[in-house]
This record gives sequence, structure tokens and C-alpha cells, in this order.
Amino acid sequence: MKITRKDFLRLSGLGLLALAGRKAVRALSGWSFAQTSASAAKPIRWGMAFDLGKCRHKDGCNRCIQACHSTHNVPQFADRAHEIKWIWKEPFQNVFPAAQTDYTRDFYGSLPVLLACNHCDDPPCQDVCPVDATWRRDDGVVTIDFHRCIGCRYCMAACPYGSRSFNWQDPRPAIATVNPDFPTRTKGVVEKCNFCEERLAKGQGPACAESCEEKAIVFGDLEQPDSELRQLLRSRFAVQRKPELGTGPSVYYIV
Amino acid sequence: MLMFKNTLTRSRRYWLWIASLLFVILAGSLCYVLQLIHGLVVTGLSRDVSWGLYIAQFTFFVGIAASAVMVVLPYYLHDYQQFGRLTLLGELLAVTAVTMCILFIFVDLGQPSRIFNIVLHPQPQSVMFWDMIALGGYLLMNAVIAAVTLIAQRQHVPVPGWIKPVIILSIPWAISIHTVTAFLYSGLPGRSYWLTAILAPRFLASAFASGPALLILLCLALRKLTGFDAGREAIQKLAVIVTYALAINIFLILAEVFTAFYSEIPAHEEHFEYLFIGLNGDYRLVPWMWLSVLLSWVALALLLVPRWRANIPRLAVACAAIFISIWLDKGLGLIVGGMVPSPLGAVTRYVPTLPESTIVLGIWAVGALMITVFYKITLSIWKEN
Ligand code: SF4
Ligand code: SF4
Repeated sequence: MKITRKDFLRLSGLGLLALAGRKAVRALSGWSFAQTSASAAKPIRWGMAFDLGKCRHKDGCNRCIQACHSTHNVPQFADRAHEIKWIWKEPFQNVFPAAQTDYTRDFYGSLPVLLACNHCDDPPCQDVCPVDATWRRDDGVVTIDFHRCIGCRYCMAACPYGSRSFNWQDPRPAIATVNPDFPTRTKGVVEKCNFCEERLAKGQGPACAESCEEKAIVFGDLEQPDSELRQLLRSRFAVQRKPELGTGPSVYYIV
Repeated sequence: MLMFKNTLTRSRRYWLWIASLLFVILAGSLCYVLQLIHGLVVTGLSRDVSWGLYIAQFTFFVGIAASAVMVVLPYYLHDYQQFGRLTLLGELLAVTAVTMCILFIFVDLGQPSRIFNIVLHPQPQSVMFWDMIALGGYLLMNAVIAAVTLIAQRQHVPVPGWIKPVIILSIPWAISIHTVTAFLYSGLPGRSYWLTAILAPRFLASAFASGPALLILLCLALRKLTGFDAGREAIQKLAVIVTYALAINIFLILAEVFTAFYSEIPAHEEHFEYLFIGLNGDYRLVPWMWLSVLLSWVALALLLVPRWRANIPRLAVACAAIFISIWLDKGLGLIVGGMVPSPLGAVTRYVPTLPESTIVLGIWAVGALMITVFYKITLSIWKEN
């Protein structure tokens, strides 16, 4: 197990500060785990792949977006400045600016590409949060505590993918029908795709993947060599967004 | 108690000034109530430009606060006696500036009622945690140093010996506050405008130009309004410090521009393009950024010639030009320029709204009020001596 940026910062921060016991215990147990992990069972790491070819089959299909946004009480604001989105589409050239050439841009540049939070392996959004309101869970899901977030928006500046939205106003009036099984948010907090952690807890897959008739969204355990996701990543060429930043996205694109 | 009595005998002009500041503070507070009720939607901020004027002001005033070290260091480490009185004025300016910084962070929060989460759930891996320690410590140190010095001067006794180590500690601490503030930005992957190792040095250079420039202006104002003279030699020495810092700052900016444009890496170029040329039809910041460049070059020219620098009206013009120039660069361009274009290449317009600008003005007025009262107390003590 490699020492992540987070571990390093946390340990050095501790050394400097001699912070109270809770964190020390947590960091130390993480450390000893690192040394014995060879014998331990591999943890889960949830991941996802978007099959762009399949996604394009049905023109203008937005089923996954609707499924996610209605499941998670995501408000619909008309003005772009204040919109909140967990999963959405952008032109290919904005999502993969470096994968463009002058000759492919005409055709590929404007093709719609799905994007959401990448649930990074070493998420910069977690590093910067001053109150531990957003963190990577042991299963790879990067989650947010809406009740702890102070709305400083440091994580929005830190996320290199533009995955996070902020509640500039009270979201509730802009939710068409509230799903009582998922919390609504207040103004002043950040939110984003949560890999359907609430459905994972019940043994279900994400709402977007379930809703897609083309099976263009494949969800699974990246640590499990024979998972459907891993098989797909073996058989088809896939890329991540901005892998050069070292964030380790768990979302793959089959191009 | 005695100190407050000192502030009581005032002229009409003084009360008019105080009343207008209170009025602006009231207007700012009302706008803040509006923001509390409706959320940050009342500002010009957006999903793409999620930080704006508030955070930029914060950054700028951390610089002003840190710059006190430019009078403290020569006085205490080099025993440069001419700075004796300026040192106290500089420390009081630092106290004021850090208070403003804390207010700017506070009004930027989406959930201000949860601010104590920062203390309840401290996160040493977040630079904001260190910034909080740096700023809090600096505020405390300068407040204690200034208060102890003032009381000693009032009672005609030498300052107690234990304060000396605190003063010495405040010197590297001043450097640290602005360094840590730069690290808030320069450690973020994917924000190419900030992702540069010379961001912290740049911050320090611009701070050591704008802060002492403000101090010179304040001293000149004090001389006009109250007859207090900081001393010709002290002002001139400060002007030399401003000159060096400004030259270094201009040099560092040019080094950035060279790297961005000679390498021609699009991600590095486009932020400069947005600020200085305009991108996707958005030219809003272009005139302001060029004004900033122009003002800093004019100021440098005025300051480089010793004869011109010695001319007080010219020095005042140069200092005002520097203050405005660096405010435009740091209090406006730095944050917005770092956020546009967005990680997805969007060029989103950001125009501060009326409530947002009023809140900013309100915090400026708090700063002006603090400085007025602080300097008034100090001057009346000096007058009595
Ligand atoms: S994509 Fe952004 S929000 Fe999601 S884990 Fe990575 S850095 Fe955090
Ligand atoms: S906005 Fe909320 S989740 Fe994001 S860094 Fe601030 S406190 Fe953490």
C-alpha cells in the first residue's frame, strides 16, 4: 500500500502539532495496516465506466441524469451560474481538451460526454477541507457530510474536474417532487455525486447505471479482477480524466 | 479606561468621518443580513467562479498585515531607531488588517453558524487549518505587542523584557502568514494560474510594496490632519523598501509571464490571456489589469529616482499608485483569474453585485474605523509625553 499524499500530510501535520490522541490512533492504525496488508483481504474500491459509444446510441437521452437527480433531490435551477448537478453532459473537447486534434475536433469535439465526481483515489477535495466534511471512505466513495460542511468552497477550488456544486440558495423550492428516502440540502453547503452510497448500503447499484437501457454505465469493484468492470477495462481501451494530476480517478471512459 | 478617555476630545471633522464610517458599516451589515437570509446567491459568484471579491480581499489584506515586518525588523533586529514610532503604527495596522481578513473569510462562508467546526474538527492536512493558526497567532502577537508598548509609553516606563521574544517571533511569523496564504492556492492541482512555486514569493513581494506604501500614506495623512511627523528619514527609508519590493514584484510577474507564454502550454497561457487579452469575448478585467501594470511601472519610475522620491507629493502619488495597482492584481485579478477558465474550459462572467460590494466596503470601513481609533489613542499618548 502506498503512502498517499493525505497520509503523508496527516502524519507530518501530526508530528508538527502533536495533535490529540484520536487522530494519532487513526493514523497509526493506518500505518500498521499498511505493513500487514499483504495478508489482509483486498478492500473494495468502487469504480465506474462510461461507454461513450453506447451512450451515443440514443440521441438526446438523459435518463441517467434524470434518475440520479430525482433520486437525490437535486434542485433544478434555470440559470447556469447557480445550477447544481451531480451527473451531466459536456462536449468532448471540454472534458478531454488534450485528446483533441485539429482534424478530429470537427466531429468528436462536440459529442456529449457524461461526467460526474471521479471518486478519486487520492482526492484533493478531501485534503483541503478544513472540517473533515468530505472524505474518501474505505470503499473508495468520496462522500460529503451536509451537516458539517461550513460552505467555504475550498473543495470546489481544489477539485480539478469541476465536479462540485454549491447551494447558493435554498434548494428545496426547486425540487419538483421530493424523494423522502434521501435528505434535501440547505443553502450554503456543497454537494456532488455520491456513487449512490445509500443504494450501495442496500446492495443496489447506482441509479444512473440501473436506468441506462443501453448499458453504457458499468459499475463495479475495481479491486475485484473478475468484476464486470475489470473485465470491461481489460477488453476495451479506456481513459481517465486528467490522470497526470495523480488524483487517481475511479471513473473510466471507454472511447 | 484611560485610553478610551483619550479618544473623547474630538473635532467636528473627526466625528463626521466616524459617522460616515459607521454609516457604511451599517449598510454593509444590512447587506450581510440579506445574504444570510437568501444565501450567497446575492453575490456575483457562481458554480465556476466560486471564490471572488471576498477571498481576494482576504488575500490582499493578509499581505498588508504581513508587511508590518518591514518596520518591525529594521527596528528590532538592526536597531534602526528612526522606525521607533512607525513600528507601533505598523503593528496596529497589522492588527486591523488581520481583523479584516477574518471578517472577509467569515462573510464568504455558506454556513457561518458552523464556523466552530474548524476548531471542533481540526484538519492538519488542510492548509486552511494552518492559515487559521498563522493568522490567529499573528493577531494575538501584534495586539499584545502594541498594547504592551502603548501602556509602557503611557506610564513612562520601558517595555517589559518578556515582550522582546514575542516581537522576535512575530518576524518569521509575519512571513509565515503570507506564505501559508499563498499555499492555500499554489497547492491545488488543476488551477494552473496558482500552481506556481513563486506564488508565495510573489505574495511577499507585493505585500512588502503595498503595505509600507499604505503606511507612508497613513503617515502623510497623519501629518496633514494632526501635525504628527513620522520623520523625514523614516519615510524615505520606507520609500526605499517599497521601491525594492515593487521592483522584485514586477520581476516575479514578468518571470511568470515568460514561463507561461514561452512554454506555450495552453493551460498556463489561458489565464493570462483571460486577464490581459480577454478570452471568449469576455474582456471585463482587461482594462483593470493593464491599469494595474501601468500604475506599477509609473510608481517604479517615480520611486527609482532619489530626487523624485524625496518629493513628498510625488512620493504620495507613487504610493497611491502602488496600493491601487497591487489591489487590482491581488484583490481582483488573482482569484478571478485563477478560476477562469474553469476546469471544463468555461469562461464565466463574474461581476460583484451591489450587496456583495457593500459588504466589502463595510469591512473596509471597519478597518478604517479601527485604524482611526488606534492611531488617535497612540497620538494622544505621544502628545502627552
Ligand atoms: S472528482 Fe473532484 S470532487 Fe470528486 S473525488 Fe475527485 S477531487 Fe473530489
Ligand atoms: S465547502 Fe464544505 S466540504 Fe467543501 S471544503 Fe468547505 S467545509 Fe469542506
